[in-house]
Amino acid sequence: MNAQHPDDHFRQHVRRYLFVFYALIFGTLITVAASYIPFGNRAINIAVALVIASSKAFLVAGFFMHLISERKMILGILALTAFFFMGLIVLTICSFADPPSFTIKH
Amino acid sequence: MDIPYTVEARPDTGLYNAKVGIWLFLASEVMLFGALFSAYILLRVGQPEGYWPHGWLNIPLGTANTLVLITSSITTVMAWASCKMNQFGRFKFFHACTLLCAAIFVGIKSYEYHDKFTHYEIALADGRFADGHILRQDANQVVLHGHIVSDRRELFDLRTHKPQLGEIELKRSEIQSMDSYGPWHHPYNAIYFTLTGLHALHVIGGAIVIGFLWGPGSRMWETDPERFTNRIEISGLFWHFVDLVWIFLFPVLYLL
Repeated sequence: MNAQHPDDHFRQHVRRYLFVFYALIFGTLITVAASYIPFGNRAINIAVALVIASSKAFLVAGFFMHLISERKMILGILALTAFFFMGLIVLTICSFADPPSFTIKH
Repeated sequence: MDIPYTVEARPDTGLYNAKVGIWLFLASEVMLFGALFSAYILLRVGQPEGYWPHGWLNIPLGTANTLVLITSSITTVMAWASCKMNQFGRFKFFHACTLLCAAIFVGIKSYEYHDKFTHYEIALADGRFADGHILRQDANQVVLHGHIVSDRRELFDLRTHKPQLGEIELKRSEIQSMDSYGPWHHPYNAIYFTLTGLHALHVIGGAIVIGFLWGPGSRMWETDPERFTNRIEISGLFWHFVDLVWIFLFPVLYLL
């Protein structure tokens, strides 16, 4: 008999949640600190902040929302959402490469 | 008639129905906030060089609110884990903490909004600009706690140019126009109030649901604990999503 008691299973989860909580606090402080570092180009500051934010989002979605152990159906819904979300953002960015002829340039 | 698959998994999806429902709803929420983030990109890139604000928001307050939401996320997931471990008392404690965090978040946000509506940019007749919070005003004069600049662009990067603030008395005859930092002030303010206002509505909505499940809705624990635990999981998924949106809003609006 090597079956784990359900309470032990959730106690392990609780330990993991606490680890994620500390990581999120650390990530927040790092985000603020990094925003004060002059990387020489604001684009780098933006990239650093978004990478840290994405890492924090992964922790929340993966562990607090249990996506790392979720069913394929949910992952499929989210993959489709991510596809359309990225399309929305990429098309927005691409629009700056091809502005209409009447656009006022500053 | 009973609602089917509230506890047991539906054979074709392998999940109880509410879980599929909340994830479909959250997918639509991603697109809603995605549209507003794309509007943010358009507004920001469309501004002339030097006219996108930096340092207009209070970073310590934004950081505090971020930590409050992260704390509420851990208490939410602990409330669900407590239900799973059959510890109803602990569930009550953790979700009370979640509600307290929600109240603190909305309180801090309200303070920040109030600060923006009492903060004025004043164009002076001599071409200079006064900027600050109104201390008092009457028919003859306006008294500000702020500073005066000759080039309006100096008002846009307050992280690089730390202004020396002091009390300024302005006669009404010296004032050409005055404009508070409401949503009408600048495209940055418009998208700031839209994004954070919509997010705050989500916080309030989520807190109402969690408050119901903590209060009168918790009676279900005695009759159908598994279904109640699933309700806690669903409300928790929504709450984590609200936290997730803020994780991106904080650097985008406060730090960059």
